[in-house]
Amino acid sequence: MTRLVDLRPRRGARLLLGAVPIVALLLVYLVASQARHAANPADKLLPTFSAMAEAIHGFSTDRDPASDRIVIVADTLASLYRLGLGLAIATGSALVLGLLLGVVPLARALLGPVIAIIAVIPPVAVLPILFIVLGLDEASKIALIAIGVAPFMTRDLTGFVTGLPAEQIAKAQTLGANSWQLALRVALPQLMPRLIEALRLSLGPAWVFLIAAEAVAADVGLGYRIFLVRRYFAMDIILPYVAWISLLAIAADALLLLVSRRAFPWAHGGGR
Amino acid sequence: MSALVELRNVWVEYGDKIVLERVSLQLVEGGFVAVVGPSGAGKSTFLRLILGQEAPTRGQVLLGGTPMRAECGPDRGVVFQRYSVFPHLTALQNVLFGIECAGAPLTARLFGARRRAARDTAVEMLAAVGLEHSLHVYPAQMSGGMQQRLAIAQALVKHPRVLLLDEPFGALDPGIRLDMHALITRLWQEHGLTILMVTHDIGEAFKLGTRVLAFDKRRHDPHAPHRYGATVTYDLSLDRKTLPPPALVEALGGDDLPQRDLA
Repeated sequence: MTRLVDLRPRRGARLLLGAVPIVALLLVYLVASQARHAANPADKLLPTFSAMAEAIHGFSTDRDPASDRIVIVADTLASLYRLGLGLAIATGSALVLGLLLGVVPLARALLGPVIAIIAVIPPVAVLPILFIVLGLDEASKIALIAIGVAPFMTRDLTGFVTGLPAEQIAKAQTLGANSWQLALRVALPQLMPRLIEALRLSLGPAWVFLIAAEAVAADVGLGYRIFLVRRYFAMDIILPYVAWISLLAIAADALLLLVSRRAFPWAHGGGR
Repeated sequence: MSALVELRNVWVEYGDKIVLERVSLQLVEGGFVAVVGPSGAGKSTFLRLILGQEAPTRGQVLLGGTPMRAECGPDRGVVFQRYSVFPHLTALQNVLFGIECAGAPLTARLFGARRRAARDTAVEMLAAVGLEHSLHVYPAQMSGGMQQRLAIAQALVKHPRVLLLDEPFGALDPGIRLDMHALITRLWQEHGLTILMVTHDIGEAFKLGTRVLAFDKRRHDPHAPHRYGATVTYDLSLDRKTLPPPALVEALGGDDLPQRDLA
């Protein structure tokens, strides 16, 4: 008999198998929600799908009084702006630092320890400091994401560059490459797919920092909205918002993977 | 003939461990020197000394009569067993790299007429190693033999004074290895190369080399195996009829007597 470890589902079967737990979860929710509403028609904990549809209609047509934009659009734009800028700053600085520390042992000796120390500080713990220093505006939220993500990315990229085979570095030097050319033509291009990979892994923590910052001090944003309507037990708004955030995260991840595959085919199984 | 590379009483030690001791020798221009020896006898350390990846603890390494800095430079080409080519560059880009580094210190990229000239040189070099049909292929899509051909072309485009080969054919199939033997012999003759090749295959050493150096430990302390380093135990100049001495074959545990079939 074929061993369990050798049973590999085909594409169709794989999609079907993957859908089973998702459908099961939805069914469980449906049954539980209906049971609670049968007992108490005013139940707020597990809103029915129709109640959620109504809420979705509400926040995608109503306008946010401050910006005069549709509520979810205003929230999404504000959150993506903070997330994008924070991640851009983190990615840029991690790229420069990772390359520098990876290629130049002197820089590694100088900056390695301080980055290692910063990396172990829980970012949310410095959020009060950021609020005090940078104020309650956008800067502190963007800074939290950048500070939370950059040290991890820097260490990851440094490790990657130092892990490049010594043979490759020796070969480049025998081909006449100086330190700058070595960084620019050997280390940097090989670092790029890893940078995207590190960015994909950082998306999760970045969302956490964003929503934490928005929960504490904001007047617009996805995290702000969730924590605002929590006061009214508005699960019919919270659940669609969480689903929307997940969707955005999945889309960002897929987009980055696509970019990496297109731009660096040699890093994905030697494609064409 | 003048000595291209000279080692004067070279020792290499890592703390207590002595890897090489009292190595003194000269390599002349135009030679094909094969280095054999059991594992851990310092063959690769010897190659890295000349490459500049390693500095002698004692003694001197001279290149063209002047003491060498312990740093890799463009006057020495190298091909390793693995990781010799850049995975993110196509075959053509891999060979262009050396020309571009010399031609454009800041961007390491050439444009216009200079790029076309560099491209012609690179294509010519790739054709010389039989890769004229694989210009735009990435190393990951190449076989092991093709990757080593590419590594050789990449090194030769810089016209190194000495080409260092560290077990270059060790990971290849026997048939491919024979092709590579023919290739490296032809390139050595056509380009007047000076080659130093480390190999664990004594047949390969005696087939290709004009001189064979055997590294081994002369003395051995069973209670402190690192107490004594390896040195040159055999230094044989070869003509087409020289066969490896039985004692050397036995020391290396080899029983395949080489055939010098390249005449």
